[in-house]
Amino acid sequence: MCLAIPGQIVQFDSPAKHMATIDVSGVKRQVNVDLLRGTPLEVGDWVLIHVGFAMSKISEAQAQEQLRLLTMLGEAEQAMEELEGYQFAEEERSSHA
Amino acid sequence: MKYVDEFRDPKLIEKAAEEIRRLADPKRHYRIMEVCGGHTHSIYRFGLQDLLPENLELVHGPGCPVCVLPMGRVDDGLKLAQDPQITLTAFGDMMRVPGQMGTPLEMKAKGADIRMVYSPLDALKLAQKNPERQVVFFAIGFETTAPSTALTLKRARQMGIPNFSVFCNHVTIIPAMRAILDSPDMRLDGFVGPGHVSTVIGCRPYEFVAREYGRPVVVSGFEPLDLLQSLLMLLRQINQGQARVENQYERVVPWEGNPAALAALAEVFELRPYFEWRGLGFISQSALKLRPEYAPWDAEARFEVAGVRVTDPKAAQCGEVLKGVLKPPQCKLFGKECTPEKPVGALMVSSEGACAAYYNYVHCAELVSGD
Repeated sequence: MCLAIPGQIVQFDSPAKHMATIDVSGVKRQVNVDLLRGTPLEVGDWVLIHVGFAMSKISEAQAQEQLRLLTMLGEAEQAMEELEGYQFAEEERSSHA
Repeated sequence: MKYVDEFRDPKLIEKAAEEIRRLADPKRHYRIMEVCGGHTHSIYRFGLQDLLPENLELVHGPGCPVCVLPMGRVDDGLKLAQDPQITLTAFGDMMRVPGQMGTPLEMKAKGADIRMVYSPLDALKLAQKNPERQVVFFAIGFETTAPSTALTLKRARQMGIPNFSVFCNHVTIIPAMRAILDSPDMRLDGFVGPGHVSTVIGCRPYEFVAREYGRPVVVSGFEPLDLLQSLLMLLRQINQGQARVENQYERVVPWEGNPAALAALAEVFELRPYFEWRGLGFISQSALKLRPEYAPWDAEARFEVAGVRVTDPKAAQCGEVLKGVLKPPQCKLFGKECTPEKPVGALMVSSEGACAAYYNYVHCAELVSGD
């Protein structure tokens, strides 16, 4: 649960910008970006995700480093499982479709 | 991405380790606590202790959410799950933490409606999909996860979802550090400050450690080189008799933290007068509860919560390990009755727990090499 998963923003999904679709190693999921309200965010930016919420904006280099660290710690699979397990994301997607 | 590769550069690691060995005064014994369980995991995974001089001792701190949750709260949660109208939801780590009645996973196997979720928003969604069920989210964690619970509660309130509530067990790291500093059997020279918690709270809250206790704090990243650099920064301060808060993890941690996350915490939660921590006992103002405005979504206000108090299994010495008084293998149960496959104490459950980290990376390696 303390995994910090790095992802790249590929689009914003609601007019209020509550949710963004992010890409982590080719897997796309929606996460909540409300905690970065004060931070200018654009498509292409990288963020660290905790339990479905983007918590900090990071550089691409830092994102790659974090992915490698998760792999080294044996937590990369767990991170992808978490990301793919977000159920709220599926629902959000269909409600905005 | 040059510097990413540099972080993997064994030469840089060796250089930092050499500098640490050079700076460590052989006449002194340094005890430095890494507060965060993620750091503990990294330290064992990368075998960092082997690179350090013998007189630099790393003490593992309380920053592992499932490890510090007292067994009574686990039982309180499990009792809630016995109510036939309740669906209890929890993070995966929580599912294997033993209470007196067993683990949530075992209770689930016996028919209780307990489900694993990856996000508090998943629990909220489950409540929306199942309006006939009372969905309770078993919230645990430090400031890293508490803002997510706060935003989920704000959303539940905005949307007026009546069948969702939170059993709140969020704790805050600063009072735990103060309790450790006040503990008479604990002598520490400095702290490696947590990484992800600090992205939320920033670096300022650690200033009391320097000001009131004269000990340095260096907020650190999780890479081996990050940790070695942080230790180096601490050694320099200690040797010069300084005590300041420094930020080694500037590339992720802003000095002032995350204002939106802090605002969400302040809006939804208030401090409990006191809360029990496994191993550390009751610590005043160390945990969060829902503000009265959020009472309709507070499981403790909505349901009868037993308030179970359980003393830990006598043979297990989780408390001593959590306080850094004992190293994991010094516990009588370590590697015998208590293993990651069948944990007796919570420190064996999570990969961030000192016992599980030690077991996976040191104990198993020793067994293989026949040491």
